[in-house]
Amino acid sequence: MAEAYLRLSALAHLGLEARAVADPGEAGVVLSERPGRGQIDLRGEAEDAGFLGAVEQAIGLALPLEAGTTASGGAATALWLGPNEWLVVTPPDGQGAAAEALRAALKDLWAAVTDVSDSRAVIGLSGRHARDVLMKGCSLDLHPRVFGPGRSAQSAVARALVLLHQTDEAPSYDLYVHRSFAEYLWLWLEDAAAEYGLAVVSGG
Amino acid sequence: MLLIPCPWCGPRDETEFSCGGEGHIPRPADPAALTDPEWADYLFMRKNPKGVHTERWVHSQGCRRWFNVARHTVSHEILAVYKMGEPPPETGADSKQNRT
Ligand SMILES: [Zn+2]
Repeated sequence: MAEAYLRLSALAHLGLEARAVADPGEAGVVLSERPGRGQIDLRGEAEDAGFLGAVEQAIGLALPLEAGTTASGGAATALWLGPNEWLVVTPPDGQGAAAEALRAALKDLWAAVTDVSDSRAVIGLSGRHARDVLMKGCSLDLHPRVFGPGRSAQSAVARALVLLHQTDEAPSYDLYVHRSFAEYLWLWLEDAAAEYGLAVVSGG
Repeated sequence: MLLIPCPWCGPRDETEFSCGGEGHIPRPADPAALTDPEWADYLFMRKNPKGVHTERWVHSQGCRRWFNVARHTVSHEILAVYKMGEPPPETGADSKQNRT
């Protein structure tokens, strides 16, 4: 297992902390890396009340059952990935305990719990022009009446596979992107955001 | 560009999907009992209709689920989308009717 103190985020080499400002001011787009989040791929039968109940018991979260929705509970958030698959996101270093609790609760059920925390980087995108930036590279309908806070979707942004999660009305988005695409997507976002004024802030 | 309605995610661009070819071709229960021509027929022979075609698609850049699509091969109109294991809907999908 990798030592925690040796772990580098996917964008550590870009020196983003050195560019981070405390107050984004008038910037139309605000970007940050949100490193270290725990991510667990959870699979099980959505039709099985026993499975849903066991998950809720284990991590205090009622899984979202409708496509493209999310739910929060306990310290975790679950993003719908498919009719029998979810991404359970925990605060940094919370994935070990959450995965252990899930495995114990689901051991007699048709389910799988996989720690995938290192597979995806998370980029935070917000600001009044955040939606305009996404619209340059994403074919999803992001209009507020269709895609608002709490919605998620797996799609492509600038042709990179992205799990998109809108977290508030600002609007703010979390972009989960496979680690090897993180630098490409970050640089694309910087380029797309340049015309609106860009600020980098410290992620968390 | 087709707009394909994923049974779970709703309408998405064709670029998010991969096509898996003709649907409703069950694997023979006992392949060893088949003659070579019968096996070749199962492996290689497809209807290729000019008309309604039932085919498998996977939402590879989305929810990664497989499903069936009934698509008109001339107009590209998508007449029906239905889940794996479900029978093809009544769209006149019988290729014999569509080969005229
Ligand atoms: Zn889908």
